This record gives sequence, structure tokens and C-alpha cells, in this order.
Amino acid sequence: MMIRIKQVTGISLLMLAAGTSAAAGTGVQAEPDWALPVHDDKVFGQILVDRLEYQRDGNDEIALWDAQAWLGKDRKRLWIETEGKTDLSTESGEIENFDVQYSYRLDAFWDIQTGLGAQSTFGADPNRERYSAIIGLQGLAPYWFEVDTNLRVTDDGDVSYDLEAEYDWLLTQRLILQGRGETLVAFSDVEEWGVGTGINNIGLGLRLRYQFSREFAPYIGVSYTRYLGNTKDLRERGGEGVDASSFVAGVRWWF
Amino acid sequence: MSQKDVGRRLSRRRLIQGSAAMGLLAGFDSMMPAFARGRLDNSNVYHTVRDGADIYDMTIARTPLTIGSRVSSQPITINGTLPAPLVRLKQGREAIMRVTNRMDEPTSIHWHGVLLPFQMDGVPGVSFPGIKPGETFEYRFPVKQHGTYWYHSHSGFQEQLGHYGPIIIDPAEPEPVAYEREYVVVLSDWTFDAPGDVFRNLKVAEGYYNYNQRTVGDFFKDVENMGWGAAWSKADMWGKMRMSPRDILDVTGSEYTYLMNGSPSATNWTGLFRPGEKIRLRFINASAMTFFDVRIPGLPMTVISADGQPVRPVETDEFRIGVAETYDVIVEPTDIAHTVFAQSQDRSGFVRGTLASRQGLEAPVPPMYPRTERGMAAMGMGAMDMKGSMKMGSDMDMKGGMKMAGDMDTAHGPMKMNGNGEKMTKMDAPSDTVSLSAVPTAGRPISHGPDNHGPGAAMVASKPQSRLDDPGVGFETVNHRILTYSQLQSIDGWPDKRPAEREVELHLTGNMERYMWSFDGKKFSEVDGPVKFYNGERLRLILVNDSMMDHPIHLHGMWMELETGAGEYRPRKHTISLKPGERVSALITVDAPGDWAFHCHLLYHMEAGMFRVVSVV
Repeated sequence: MMIRIKQVTGISLLMLAAGTSAAAGTGVQAEPDWALPVHDDKVFGQILVDRLEYQRDGNDEIALWDAQAWLGKDRKRLWIETEGKTDLSTESGEIENFDVQYSYRLDAFWDIQTGLGAQSTFGADPNRERYSAIIGLQGLAPYWFEVDTNLRVTDDGDVSYDLEAEYDWLLTQRLILQGRGETLVAFSDVEEWGVGTGINNIGLGLRLRYQFSREFAPYIGVSYTRYLGNTKDLRERGGEGVDASSFVAGVRWWF
Repeated sequence: MSQKDVGRRLSRRRLIQGSAAMGLLAGFDSMMPAFARGRLDNSNVYHTVRDGADIYDMTIARTPLTIGSRVSSQPITINGTLPAPLVRLKQGREAIMRVTNRMDEPTSIHWHGVLLPFQMDGVPGVSFPGIKPGETFEYRFPVKQHGTYWYHSHSGFQEQLGHYGPIIIDPAEPEPVAYEREYVVVLSDWTFDAPGDVFRNLKVAEGYYNYNQRTVGDFFKDVENMGWGAAWSKADMWGKMRMSPRDILDVTGSEYTYLMNGSPSATNWTGLFRPGEKIRLRFINASAMTFFDVRIPGLPMTVISADGQPVRPVETDEFRIGVAETYDVIVEPTDIAHTVFAQSQDRSGFVRGTLASRQGLEAPVPPMYPRTERGMAAMGMGAMDMKGSMKMGSDMDMKGGMKMAGDMDTAHGPMKMNGNGEKMTKMDAPSDTVSLSAVPTAGRPISHGPDNHGPGAAMVASKPQSRLDDPGVGFETVNHRILTYSQLQSIDGWPDKRPAEREVELHLTGNMERYMWSFDGKKFSEVDGPVKFYNGERLRLILVNDSMMDHPIHLHGMWMELETGAGEYRPRKHTISLKPGERVSALITVDAPGDWAFHCHLLYHMEAGMFRVVSVV
């Protein structure tokens, strides 16, 4: 897995570097060895832990992470996202995705992203992993919805589509209620991964956070997931729950 | 010696008395430049006169200073002070400025608004290579003009850290302006954080410094004021565009300490006067990012010059000063103390100083105006599109709507009524006003290119309007006179009477999501060459603001004669502030061969790419 990710990282960095040349807007009198008057093409980066949280549903206790990091310039970025969870009692869990993508600003509000993703399980059961090629859109939709959506094709040829959207209601300048919705649609059954054809699940969440600073905001909230269709049947057969409502507490943090 | 050369016959004795009276102040704050203590003469030890040239020796260094009650090691000082010392020159003489860099990074000085050979303009990468650590660069130029100007670093973010100071150029012939005393008032914004960190916060987290965003409560206030339908359609309009009407300044009072002549409000910069005197105040906005609204409550101000250039005297109660602009005003104190009040455009902070008849006096400090929102005019959808907003005003009738087409006064009517637009304040016309005719570019269709400027622009103004008689956002509750560009008129017009032979149009564009700022959607690093001006031509520069922010646009090396509708009496400026959705035009006599910087004077906008080189060939 790491080797593949390294490859993607390498490719992405190459693509970042491509198209970078000295500014051509300098005047006719400028000497080649002069510094540029402004430096508008610098590399920035950010690591955002959007959700690092504890979930409790009855006696089930789960730790969940949802983080992203980017590095690059205004229009071309290396973009890494990961999301997963672990059951705190069995200490087994799943890296739902670890995506390394090249992200390109194709519109004022939208990035097109493409790259490779890994998915794996860890803990007591035999560990599984699979990889997928990803193409997706990430950006800000009208009415201020933060949207991240991907189409994935796994190394076995299974295709799925996922969509996440978040919306912030500012109650005050620092107290913010975030609504969150997500869904996954699969185009084939992959029993090994508990995936059935059709809409797999719908997840909804409400999180109330307090921004002590822009960077650091602890929150509490509720989260609800419901499995649907073939996926629901698969889970019922396996003795797993088909819906879950949890109390959550966590922190949103970036640097 | 310099004494002999001080142009104005204004009472030298009084100046000296003034400085003596302020001796106390000098005792505990030796880092304050002499001009801030009222010494505007050229007794500066760094200044000498030889062979008809004013020679200044200036040393740029990092100097730890106390600002307010906090010590900072960041300040960049010139000859030890923040702001840098006053440079006082004389029209018709030569200026020789020997600038030594005692920092461990390259630096520069740009003489803002001063016409000079391009090699002396002080923009690293455009006019010269910059001044390396340990190096001394000698600027040498003939002084052709007079008035109030300023100077500052053009290297990186140095300007944010105190590398700015005032310039007064005395006229060769005395000006027909009477006053007994003068002060320079340098307004600026100070941060205790590294400017690179401020820039990064803007880059990675939109709205980082804005603690006045719209909340759920604000929506319900709208519902209360205008009903559900109108509140929805307002939210709908802004939401669709993904724009915030509360996005007024990028860096706010949550980060900045605002300074007047280097002093925060608590330290209370004080200019002393004797009752009965007329005082000339030379206001300079040396901020990195802050538009200030300036007033002296209870005291009318007579504006006599703008950007160093004389204008027909116009009396006002308040003026908005864009970053890098200057205004000279005459005031006549009526009381023993008056507050000089400068609040940031977004009302997130202010700085005050005092004009006092003796040291230690204070006058009441007024509250800031209420925080506000931009109106629909900011979207640059003038005329018919404004009708959409009609639904918002519960008290509007269709007749008003019909009038709106092409009539900005009326178009702003509904905004004013529903209380959250950018109000059009009607001013008494100056008594000797020239009748205003239409701006030449008014009503022309606009093109944004095939891709609407691409990802570099989050919006375009479909029908931009000239709003030169609109004081801008934030004065909704104000009932006194506010200066507008339309009131600025030159005294005699300017020598070049030719009409424009050619037009150049540039659009001010931005995308706040990534903090990308540009002209025509292209950052400096993305364009394929300089903007070409041809030596000897008469040019009309058309600027269209396709963004939601105000931008002070500065052209180096040549004047811009702002077409306000005042015919040949158009004012001339080095920096023109454009409101959101606004179109303005200016006539330029292209007579300065070489390369010149052309940029937004908001420091972080410039560094984000809102910069071009103009090559005069």
C-alpha cells in the first residue's frame, strides 16, 4: 500500500511542479537576476482534522477520524484525505479511505481531484485491503455547502460513488452548528466489504462546536446512520445493526 | 541652511514653541518621529542641504519598540522611529536620499506619488534590484511637484511593520492657503504577529479575521425587518453567489492595533494649537489593509488637496481615506480639545488622537458607527438587475423601480430604506461647483472575456456603475456630510487637454476562497507580459471592480486624472479607490518612459498577485 501511495505522491508532485515558471509579467527594463516584485505563487499547506471524535451508541464505543491535508499553490495541490474508525472494545476497525489525490482548481469554487485510494481493516479479524482509482469534485456549492464527492473503481473493478456535504450555521461568531450528510452508492455487490448494490447508507450528523480560535474547536453532537437496500440485507444476515444513533464528542482542529 | 529654505512663511516661532511644549512627551517616547511631536521643519539631523539639493541619510533597521503596552521586536524603523521620519523637500530642487539597509533582508523605499525617473521609483524587480543587507542606495531625482505624499518599503511585507513615513514637498510659489500651523497625521495598522503568518491565515482560512459574519440571528432580524419573502430572497441572492455581505476588510481590529502617528488610542497622539489658529492636517493612510473613516466631531474640515494635488476647497464632516491616499484639510478648532477619530471601514476598531490647546487635554471619544453589510450595488448588477432587490424593500413602489434604470441615485433608494445597502448620501454641492456631466464610459456594455476571468474571479460585475458620489458602505446611520470623489475638483485643470487616443481596460478580480487577487483573473505570475503604454499618448484607463472588496489602485510614475464628470476640472490621483461593482475611468498623459508598478495597495492583495508592470515604451 505504501509503495502505491508513494507513487501517487511522486506523480502529484511532478504535476505540481509542471507549469511553474518564472513570472513573465516583469517589465521590459527588468534584469534577469532581479528578484520578483511580488511572490504570488508560493506553496502553502494545511492539515485539517475535521472530526476527531468519540461516538457512543448504547454500549458501543467508537473512535472516529476524518482528516485532510493539502500542499501546493492556488490552483494545483496534492490532496490527502483519510477517514476511519475503530471499535474501542475490540480494537478492530477500518481505514475507510486513505486517498492521495492531485487536485486542480477548474472553477472559482471547484477542484477536480484524481488519484489513488486505499481501504483496509485492522484488528482481530483477518485484515483485508483494496485499492481504487478515484475521480471527484470538491468545493463550495451555492448556498455555502461544502461538498466532496468521488467516483471510485477498485482493483477488482467494483464501482462506487460517495457524496459528503457540510453546512455551517453560525449561531454566534464562535458557536457554530454544523450539519452533515453523507451517502454511498455502489454499482455492484462486494460482500467481503459489506457492500450491496444500490444506496448503501445515509448518514446524518449535527455537531455544535465552539471556536476558541479559528484553529481549535471542540464539539458535541449527534450522528445517525441507516443502512439501506442490499447492504441492509447483508448486514442483517451478518448479524450487524442496520441503523445507529450516537452521541458524539470531539474536536475540529487545523494547523 | 534648511531654515532659510523652509518655503512657507508660517510662524517658525510657533513651531518651535510647539515642540518645546511637547518636550515632555519626547522624554518618554524617543522612538516617536519628530513630526509626531509637531516638528515639521527640516531641523532633522539626517538632513543637509548642498548645492541646491536636499540630502537625507536614512538607515533602515529592526528596532524593538513598545506599541501600546506591548513590546515587539518586529518594527522596521528608519533612523530609529516608527513611523519613519518626515522627509521635507522643496519643489524645483533636487532630492538625494542615501538609504542604508541595516537589516538582514533586502529592502527598498518607494516614494509614493512622487514623479521621478523610473530607476528611482524603488520597486525591487521593476525599477531596480532592491537594497541588499549592508548596502547603501542613493536615490536622486528632481522634485517637480508639491504637496503631501509618503514613502514606504516595496519589499515583501515590510510596510506592515512600520517601514513608512510622510513626505511634504513645499511649493516653489506659496500656495493660496492660509493656516498658522500644520500636522502630519499618519494612520496605520499594526500587528504583533508576523505578517507572513497573517497572509497564510488569509490564504488557508477564508474569513479568518472576520468576527462580524452573518449569523442565524441576523437572518431572523431580516425577517423581522422585511418579512419572510424578502429575507429569503436576500439570503438566496448572497447564498447563490457564495458571497458575504459582511466581507468588508480582510484583516480587522481582531488582529490590528490602529495607530495615529505611531500611537495607539491609549497613548493619544496630541497635536497642540493656540486658540484661533487655523491648522492644516495632512492625513496619510499608510495602512497595509485598512480603509479609515476620519472625522473630528464638531469640527468641519475643508479639504484642500487630495493625493498631494490641490483641489477646490470643499467643506465636509467626514472622509473615507483608502489605503495610500492622502488628504489635506484645514480645521479651525473652536474648543480647547477635539478628538481626531479614525475608525476602520468595517467598524472593528479605531484610533483616536487629539487636537488640544495644551498637553493632556482630551475630548470625548465617539462610539464607532454600527457594523453594516454591503448592499446589492456591490454585486455590480446595476440598473435592471437592481429590480430583483426591489422585492426586498417592503415600502417600495413600482414607480421607484421604473426610475431605477440608469439612475444610481434612485437605485440606491430602496437600499437606504431597508437599511442595509450602501447608502447614497446626498451632499450639498460646493457653492462654486461645476455642473457634473456624465462619466464618458457610463452605460457602456462590459466584457469579461470568454471565461469570465476563470477561477481567479469568484464573480463578475454584469453592469458596473460609477459610484463616485457614493461615499460607500458603512454610513447608513450618518446624517452629516461625507466626502465623495465627485466633490473633488482640480483648481485650474491640467495642462494636457487632449482627449484619450486609446483605452486600456483592466478588471479587478479575486477569489476569496483561495485568497487569489488579480487583474482580469490573472495573477502577476500568470500574465505573459507587462501592460504596454506608449510614450506620448493620451490614454484612458478604465477600471472595473469585479470583486466584493474595495481596492485602492495605485499607478506609479504618472497621474491618473479621475473622470468624475467635472470635465476638465477632474481631480488627479496616484491612488483610486474602487468600491465593489464599480467602474471608473481616468485619463493619463503617458510621459514617463520605463517600467512602473501598477497594483492594489492592499498589501496582501498585492502579494497575492494583484500587481502588474506597466511598461512605457
